Amino acid sequence: MTARPDPPFLERAGYRRRRLGDAGRLLPILGAILFAMPAIPAKAAPASTGRMGIYLFGVWAMLILAALLLSRHLLRASDEEGPLPDDTP
Amino acid sequence: MPTFNLILGACLLYAALLFAVAFWAERINARGQAGWLRGPVIYTLSLSIYCTAWTFYGAVGYAARSGLEFATIYLGPTLVMVGWWALLRKLVRVGRAQRITSVADLISSRYGKSNLLGGIVTVLAVVATTPYISLQLQSVTLSFAVFAGRGGPEDLNAIALWVAAGLAVFTIVFGTRTLDANERHHGIVIAIALEAVVKLLALLAVGLFAVFVVGGGPVGTFERIEASPIATQEILPGRWVGLSFLAGAAFLCLPRMFQVLVVENSDERHLATAAWAFPLYLFAMSAFVVPIAAIGLTELPPGSNPDLFVLTLPLAREQGALAMFAFLGGFSSATSMVVVATVALSTMISNHVVMPIWLRSGPAGALVSGDVRNVVIRARRAAILGLLALGYVYYRLSGGGAALAAIGLISFAGIAQLLPPMLGGIFWRGATRVGAATGLCLGFAIWAWSLFLPSIGAGAVISDAVLAQGPLGIGWLRPQALFGIEGLDPLIHALLWSFLANVGGLVAGSLLTFPTPMERLQGAAMVNVFRSGPGARGWQSTMAGAEDLLVMTQRILGPAEAQALFRAAARAQGKDGYLPEVDHGFLERLERELAGSVGAATAHAMLSQITGGGGVSVEELMRVADETAQIMEYSARLETQSHELSRTAAKLREANEKLTRLSVQKDAFLSQISHELRTPMTSIRSFSEILRDGGAGMTAGERIRFAGVINDEAQRLTRLLDDLLDLGVLESGQVNLRIGDWRLEDLLDRTLTRVGPLAPISVARRGDGGMVLRTDDDRLTQVFLNLVINCRKYAHAETPRLTIRSRRTGGVAQIDFIDNGPGVPAEEHDLIFEKFSRGGDSQAAGGAGLGLAICREIMDRLGGSIAYLPGQGGAAFRVTVPLADAARRAGE
Repeated sequence: MTARPDPPFLERAGYRRRRLGDAGRLLPILGAILFAMPAIPAKAAPASTGRMGIYLFGVWAMLILAALLLSRHLLRASDEEGPLPDDTP
Repeated sequence: MPTFNLILGACLLYAALLFAVAFWAERINARGQAGWLRGPVIYTLSLSIYCTAWTFYGAVGYAARSGLEFATIYLGPTLVMVGWWALLRKLVRVGRAQRITSVADLISSRYGKSNLLGGIVTVLAVVATTPYISLQLQSVTLSFAVFAGRGGPEDLNAIALWVAAGLAVFTIVFGTRTLDANERHHGIVIAIALEAVVKLLALLAVGLFAVFVVGGGPVGTFERIEASPIATQEILPGRWVGLSFLAGAAFLCLPRMFQVLVVENSDERHLATAAWAFPLYLFAMSAFVVPIAAIGLTELPPGSNPDLFVLTLPLAREQGALAMFAFLGGFSSATSMVVVATVALSTMISNHVVMPIWLRSGPAGALVSGDVRNVVIRARRAAILGLLALGYVYYRLSGGGAALAAIGLISFAGIAQLLPPMLGGIFWRGATRVGAATGLCLGFAIWAWSLFLPSIGAGAVISDAVLAQGPLGIGWLRPQALFGIEGLDPLIHALLWSFLANVGGLVAGSLLTFPTPMERLQGAAMVNVFRSGPGARGWQSTMAGAEDLLVMTQRILGPAEAQALFRAAARAQGKDGYLPEVDHGFLERLERELAGSVGAATAHAMLSQITGGGGVSVEELMRVADETAQIMEYSARLETQSHELSRTAAKLREANEKLTRLSVQKDAFLSQISHELRTPMTSIRSFSEILRDGGAGMTAGERIRFAGVINDEAQRLTRLLDDLLDLGVLESGQVNLRIGDWRLEDLLDRTLTRVGPLAPISVARRGDGGMVLRTDDDRLTQVFLNLVINCRKYAHAETPRLTIRSRRTGGVAQIDFIDNGPGVPAEEHDLIFEKFSRGGDSQAAGGAGLGLAICREIMDRLGGSIAYLPGQGGAAFRVTVPLADAARRAGE
């Protein structure tokens, strides 16, 4: 018996859950890009530590908020139908 | 200002509180009421051991020296936590599935339960963590010294020694009291959760004090920051990105972080909470760092140590209580880190260094007779003492000179070398033991040469000359300018080269070598941890005695747990008592349980000793693969068979229907033939009676007519009986055929002559009439005759037509008889050639329904065939007859 191939399309809920997982994987990348902004050398005079600090902590807070919302959804999604199959697009 | 004695008393009280909390937690956990103690909040708080005294005191110092760069240490872990779905979830799942006890256990287990790798990782972790432990001792000592006034160096050393001793006692009491089956320490986790709250509140209190009391509110503080030297600190791009990465890597690899993240994790779902709650904790810990640094720089006299601003700022404003709270916060940070780090490292040392040596050197029966449990626990206690002693020695040697942040980063860079084998292990099945060991050794060597050894102090281990010109004058080996690349920040330089070498070694080693079966099994089990299904099978059934195994297990897990485990296994196998069948399933389960206490490699080695080798071999792997293949083949066969069965069933159903119809037809035929026989018999009887009784009153003409009727009826009877006889002869195969070569035309001519006038049917002949057939002319004519007569019987069209079409295909002649009548209904196609069968309207037929059956028998004998040809706009029969020339060629 050959392995049953995966169905080509998922039902709507399953599709949504996988895209949520994608968002979960992409969030740290977005965070890394925003966090790396201060490291981009600028021609103009660099921003003062105070201003840069406000930017940095602002991004940080947004990231925490995004993680809070996303984690709740991810947890609920993975509770609904058991653990997600991993590494499948 | 609080006196030194007051501070000392507070410390002791605080330590007593921690003891009490830890005891209380263990007690209610033992009673099984510790539900909330295992909740996500406690899990998140326990992660806070990432924030050590280095964070508590050092971050402010770091900010005072380099501005915002201190934040990179928290940005990396923030990204790792926020991205828990991608990485941590898998790490935790692997850790739980494989009963991982430490980061060394993870790497050793992944690469085929290798003791070599476990040992390498343990040594690396000890080397990299020792400076960090001494850093904690140093910061606690320095903070003591602030209160002690101008304490002499002797006092400081005495304080450091006492602190180290106190920490050792606490750790031994809570870290090694029991040998948990799953290596979790509830008491310690609760204690560090409490410490997490204390240090956060302490730092927030100092921060709020600095901003709102000293700095004059947020706006005023902001202006002070902008006016301070910190404002103009530039961000160095290389260090900014490099340090963020380094912090993220260390967050995953530090033994103490792995301990709380993976080993102490009791529920994967806690990660979802920690994903935002821990970054929030870090955010709160970092929020006031820059303000405290800026205000400290302006408020305190020049030359003050910025690493102690958290303490000295409240003291300068005569806030004794706040200063004491801050001191306790720093004390908390240091102690929680030291406790967890030493527990994690002692587990690694006992499982990956002491046990393998003990197993190898001990007598053969030591596992059963010796007290394994005691060996493990003693090894751990000794390791804790040794680690704290080592930290103390390092503290004395380094003189406590270097800034806190620098030591911390060097330690981070060392431990981050574990990242490539770790991630390679859980994401790449191709990573092998040789590759991992090569990468680790290369990365470790470069880290030691270019960062660690120079850090101990200029001229201490590496002389100034070597630093400037390279060893033996080899320029490209200069520690801080490898391969001649100069001008990089030393930390980034070391990080870059060590990671390049590490990853390169891992990849090259893995690509060039072939993994052992055990490595492949473990690799597949870890990389595919989310695909549920049977795990790797590592044991074959052996003759090992269940009793020996029970004795050994009791010595490791304790009698009660071991007996419960064995009993459950025996019950699962349907046996009574405590000794289950020693099959591979049981051995695997037992190994996992033991691995939770002594690590995968040691557990594997122990079972191997008792079961006499065992383990997984290539043959075993092949057998497993074979079994799978066999099962697949078997199920494929089953599937074909079931297809076959359903086909056969369908055929049987068809046959059954046909039989039923035939039986009905036979009954009909019997009544028909009785009727057919009866009708002529009746007329024969009645006419013969008339002849007998009529006497003289009967004219000669009448007599002749009646005799004629009797004769006709007798002939009809004879014909019927002839037909039946003919069929009987044909079927039994006793017919004599006179095969010869005949032209088709002649045979058709003969047929049409014999059948007599066909009007109103018009006959059309098409095709090649000159074909020479090899056949019995009489029999074939009989078939043709039958078909033509059928046509005359059934073709009730207004202008009935019969078309006889002939052509040759292959070695046979096809002769089609097609009329334009109503044809044969589809459901009767397969019945018309049966005996006793007749077209629907039996009255019209007037025959016994044997004609086509006889035709089929004849054609079978002649080596041809007759079939009904559907879809010709009427009834159509195709007769196939062998051709003479083809038969001749075949004969030659």
